[in-house]
Amino acid sequence: MGVNGARLKRVAETGRAPVSLVIDGTPATALEGDTLLTAVLTNGRQLRVSEFGDGVRSGFCLMGACQDCWVYTEEGGRLRACSTPVAEGMRIVTRGATWPRLG
Amino acid sequence: MAVHGAFAALAGKVEYLPETLAWNIQPGALHVARDGVARKLPFDAIILATGATDRLLPVPGWTRPGVYSLGGAQVSLKAQACAIGAKVAFLGTGPLLYLVASQYLKAGAEVAAVLDTSPNAARFKALPLMASRPELLVKGAALLWKLRRAGVPILRGVTPIAIEGDAEQGVTGLRVKDAQGRERQFGADAVAMGWHLRPETQLADLAGCAFEHDALSGLWMAKMEPDGRTGVKGVYLAGDSARILGADGAEIAGRLAASSVLMDLGIAVPVAEVTELHARRAVMDRFRRGLLKAFPWPGHLAAAVPDDTLLCRCEAITAGELRRSASALGAPEVNRAKALTRVGMGRCQGRYCGPAGQEVLAAARGVPLPEVGRLRGQAPVKPLSIATIAEDA
Repeated sequence: MGVNGARLKRVAETGRAPVSLVIDGTPATALEGDTLLTAVLTNGRQLRVSEFGDGVRSGFCLMGACQDCWVYTEEGGRLRACSTPVAEGMRIVTRGATWPRLG
Repeated sequence: MAVHGAFAALAGKVEYLPETLAWNIQPGALHVARDGVARKLPFDAIILATGATDRLLPVPGWTRPGVYSLGGAQVSLKAQACAIGAKVAFLGTGPLLYLVASQYLKAGAEVAAVLDTSPNAARFKALPLMASRPELLVKGAALLWKLRRAGVPILRGVTPIAIEGDAEQGVTGLRVKDAQGRERQFGADAVAMGWHLRPETQLADLAGCAFEHDALSGLWMAKMEPDGRTGVKGVYLAGDSARILGADGAEIAGRLAASSVLMDLGIAVPVAEVTELHARRAVMDRFRRGLLKAFPWPGHLAAAVPDDTLLCRCEAITAGELRRSASALGAPEVNRAKALTRVGMGRCQGRYCGPAGQEVLAAARGVPLPEVGRLRGQAPVKPLSIATIAEDA
């Protein structure tokens, strides 16, 4: 289940209500109860690009400790994807940082 | 579930603050933040139960997309009903390695291999201690049997060589050296890795607790009595952040710490129950020591991480840069090395580079591990938005 070729594979609970969001300008569908990390990675393969030039990241600890899953919203807000519930209408950017908004 | 029921019964009698970050502690006050608003919570006594995270060993390629902490792989499956990939390799050591692999198998994911750095012989040496909880030994054997029956390759005594793939597309497989020194390759689109857990001790540190180096685990632990008391008045520890005893053990440690708080506040507690809790805790501590012998932390592998491997995930700093801080720059201990290289200064605050960084620095300086010290906790213990405002501002 999930988008073909996406990083995370749903193995159960696929009957949860759908939630719409936009990832890198493309409409995507996640499920209610997903974290933002799950929502993005069941639709694609990356969350963010390392600020230090070593490539793409897709999260690591999934428990709010490593801070390797912060994503940007289109407005420049920052969200820790593993501990933020997905919400209807979120607009997320995974390919390179926009200028961060303070807050 | 029993815990949830007990907590529900307290509704209305306690102030419950979910989704709240405790980011600093000072004498008699805890600093918390929620939704961008910071508050100071005064206390007479505090039980710190801050948990643990996976203990990691850097392996070439471990920052590639598709590599997750072992605990994270379990969180994804249990809390989100998602496997971290279609074909998952498990690398590390400890009972959680086999448990999570079997949970993936049960959920219908393909398990590429279970690759354990602990040698077979270590298990036999640990048996006398592990016999303290025979039911868990039986459970472990059953897990192993299920994995073997499903045809999952299980290798012990491996040395990780590299996680293959590229920095854009992510993991395509991994290579290890087996116990006989032969190179083995396994195709996988995800890797779950972890070497037991490391306690989250930052708040205990900021509260002024003393620390001691535990030779068996190679970890620095806050000094405490089995009853949860620390040397600091009003500060108590429980759960995995104190000693890694697992879920049952955490519950016992919590009851013991709570009893100590009550006693110190002059409130009577049932002595017989406390005595029994101590006896049960001692059994669990014996088993804990058995596990650490059976599945030892491979400090020698951490010390030998190649120079060009990223040690610090946060800021992409290599093991070689840390070694240079020891040799060319003369850093005698990890906090000095942190100031020179930034290893431990990034957003994870040393949670994922710390244990391996200590080994790299100690080996580079040719001194025993305890001599390079430990990263001091710093507030805020997790990132705090610069826009956070004080409640009464």
